Order: sequence, then C-alpha cells, then structure tokens
Amino acid sequence: MAGIVGYGAYIPRNRIKVEEIAKVWGADAPSYKKGLMLEEKSVPSPDQDTITMSVEASKNALRRAGIDPREIGAIYVGSESHPYAVKPSGTVLAEALNATPEVHTADLEFACKAGTEGMFIALSLVQAAAVKYGLAVGADTSQGAPGDALEYSAAAGAAAFIFGQDKLIAEILHTYSYTTDTPDFWRREYQYYPQHGGRFTGDPAYFTHILGAARGIMAKAGMKPADFQYVIFHQPNGKFPLRAGEILGFSRKQIDPGWLVPKLGNTYSGSSPLGLTATLDIAKAGDMILLVSYGSGAGSDGFIFRVTERIDEVRNLAPRTRDMLDKNKAYLDYGVYAKYRRKIRKAK
Amino acid sequence: MPNPARAWREYPQRYRLEAEKCTKCGTIAFPPRLVCPQCGNRKFAKTKLAETGKLLTFTIIRVPPDPFEDQAPYAVGIAELEDGVKLTAQVVDCDFAALKVGLRVRLEFRKLSEEGEAGVIYYGYKFVPE
Repeated sequence: MAGIVGYGAYIPRNRIKVEEIAKVWGADAPSYKKGLMLEEKSVPSPDQDTITMSVEASKNALRRAGIDPREIGAIYVGSESHPYAVKPSGTVLAEALNATPEVHTADLEFACKAGTEGMFIALSLVQAAAVKYGLAVGADTSQGAPGDALEYSAAAGAAAFIFGQDKLIAEILHTYSYTTDTPDFWRREYQYYPQHGGRFTGDPAYFTHILGAARGIMAKAGMKPADFQYVIFHQPNGKFPLRAGEILGFSRKQIDPGWLVPKLGNTYSGSSPLGLTATLDIAKAGDMILLVSYGSGAGSDGFIFRVTERIDEVRNLAPRTRDMLDKNKAYLDYGVYAKYRRKIRKAK
Repeated sequence: MPNPARAWREYPQRYRLEAEKCTKCGTIAFPPRLVCPQCGNRKFAKTKLAETGKLLTFTIIRVPPDPFEDQAPYAVGIAELEDGVKLTAQVVDCDFAALKVGLRVRLEFRKLSEEGEAGVIYYGYKFVPE
C-alpha cells in the first residue's frame, strides 16, 4: 500500500483585506465579501516566490517524514507561477533539499490543479516501485489583474507531500481524474495576467469537474459522503466549495477544517493541497478523507485517504497550517501590495 | 554577458548551509577553507550549520547597493547559531521595532537578488524571527 509519508505547508505572513482592494477600485467591499465569502488573502514578500515557498513546505514535509532526502527519487513542482519560463523550479528545490543528483524532476502546469497532478504522478511512481519516495509540491504566487475580481482572491502558499510505501501517515485507497477541454481561465505566453470567462467558470467548469470527480471516485470506491470524516474541494473563493459540498451531501463539519479560503485566498496549485495539510493536522487514525482538486482548462483529481496511527507522532514535528494562517500576520496597504507584486511600472 | 557560475559555486553554502569542521580543533569554517584559521590543519569533515540562533547585532540599510534597491529599508544582522558559528544575513518578516539583540531567529530560504527581469535569480538564506 502506498500513501503519504510526510506533509508540510508554507504560508507567507503578509495579508491584504478585501476592503483595502475594493477601496482603490471603487468597488463595494461588503458585496465582494458576501459574494465571494472572502475576507483577506496572503501576499508573498518580494523575496518569496514559488521556489522559496516550495523549499520551506518541503522541508516541513521532510521533518514529518523523517527520511533521508537522498532517498527521494522524484520531485515535481506544480504551479502556474514558476519564476522561470525556461529553467525548472524543481532543480532548485532538489538542490536545496540535498536530493540531487539521482532524482527525476519536472515542473507541472495546469492552472490550479498542478499540485495534485504532481501528487498523482509521484504516487504512481511509488506504486510502480520505480522510486522509493516521491515528493510533490503545489505552490503559487498567483496574480490577478488590477481591479479584476481575481485580484481579491489570488494568493500565495505552498503544500508539499512525500509519498512512499512505508512509514505512512495516510494510505491512498483510490485516485480518479475527470478531464475535458473547457476554456474557463487561461494565460497566453508572455501575458502577465490571466483572463477568465466570468460566470462560465462556474457550472460548466468548476462544478461539472468537481462534482464529476467526486461522484466518480465515490462510485469507484463504493462509498458515500457519510463515509468520510473530512472533505476538501478546490477553493477559488469561499462559496464554490461550500456549494459543491452541499450538492453532494457533505456537511460543514466535514468541510470546515480544510476550508482555508476566507482568510487565505486562492493559492491556486496550493489550494486544495493546503486544505489537506490543515485537515491532516487534526485528523485521527482511521479517518477517511476525500480530496478533489480543480484546474481550469479543465480537470479535477480525486484522492481517498485513510489516516494511520503514525499521524500522532509526526503532526507536531513542523508548524501547523492553521497557525501559519492565523498567527504573526502583517497587513499591507494597497500601495505596498502593488509594489510587492510588481504592479507598478518603474523607469528601468 | 550574465555570469551565473560564481553563484552556482556557492550553492552548497547558500542552499544547504554546508560547512567544514576542522578534524583537529573542531573549528567550523563557513564558507569552507583550505587551511583552518585556528590551528593551521588542512583536513576538514563536512558538516551542516544549525538553522537557529540568536541575534548578536543588527543594522537597518536605507541606502542599499543596486541589487537590493527595491528591498530598502531592510535589516541585516549577525546571529550566533546553535553550533557557535556567527552568520551574517538579512533579517526579514520582522518589524524594525521588534528587532533586538538576543532575538531568536531561524534561517529561511529566500530570494537574495536577481539580474534584472531577464537574468538569473539568486536564492539563499535569510533570518526570520523564530
């Protein structure tokens, strides 16, 4: 049986509130807060990017896994904000972890689903016994165009998972993928900001794929919503995952532990993976967890986990996700946020 | 023409805090040296620096050199790590008012500088409050 050996999260300390963004664009903050169910979002410092957050999240995963990094045979970084267009993020990560040179590395992109893509591939290599351990990271420093609805949610964070066949903290019982060609959100080469299809991102995109993958994996496993202690859906805003849960028959009690988005924003490739880290932080042996990611373009990956007793030994070996979310925050005004996110055009 | 080679040679130190320990007197050399500055011995064993320590001193840089222009003002400090090594690095994620001698810090992986918008990005360690 293959599964998760260690997990780790990283969330930058900077935040900006919905009111601060709305004030600049003359938008109605209360309606955004109610409509999107968002209060604030994380913002990376100028010296943080997908690579630095991937390194920190992976180090936390290594602390919990307690393995030699040289035993990691595959490293995948899923992101839509890799710092280089050409040159892998994964090589910097592998070098920083001391996992080089006997390691297979690739960068993945699939809007918000790139993190679970990496998880899917790393897990498959472990199941095939091609590698002893595989590391997958979902990380993003997402950009929303100034004034666009996405600016209220596009956030930063990373989650890392090490997969293996021994020392498991969660077994993976089933996986499932649901993919179609649905152009709801995209960014062309050399474009700084993405574009999206507005309301088209809802029913034909997010909901079709999330519900399709959730129903598909539950049918495959012969399980129903009541069989799970926890469920995590991709969180582009606060409302979508709650509505998906409601349609499928999940309760708030199952959703809330991994529902980070109101205070975190949408961390894109890190979104549902970070929800999983927060859920593992409180899970008990025997708990069943359903994770369904979503990436525009479009597709969803589903995973069913069964938590093992080792979770109690490892959860306090690295910072908990909710602590990173709730403690030591620094609030930015829009001017500093615009500078940090390079939204201001300079002379050189 | 960009020259990424110099930074690349320093990756073991900047990425992984790799140091060398004198096999005779135990002095830790960071970055590694050919000759021990304490006893003149030429044999070292590989070691890794501790990732936590306490701040010995600090200053605020308000007029920075070119690669750090956008980061000013920023703090630079010297911390004594758990293994006794004194290390200089930026201190980030910390309000200046909270900086004080004795502050517990740990090392985090951060972007140090970049060669403009098209050049190589250099990564390494910085201090953050523990």
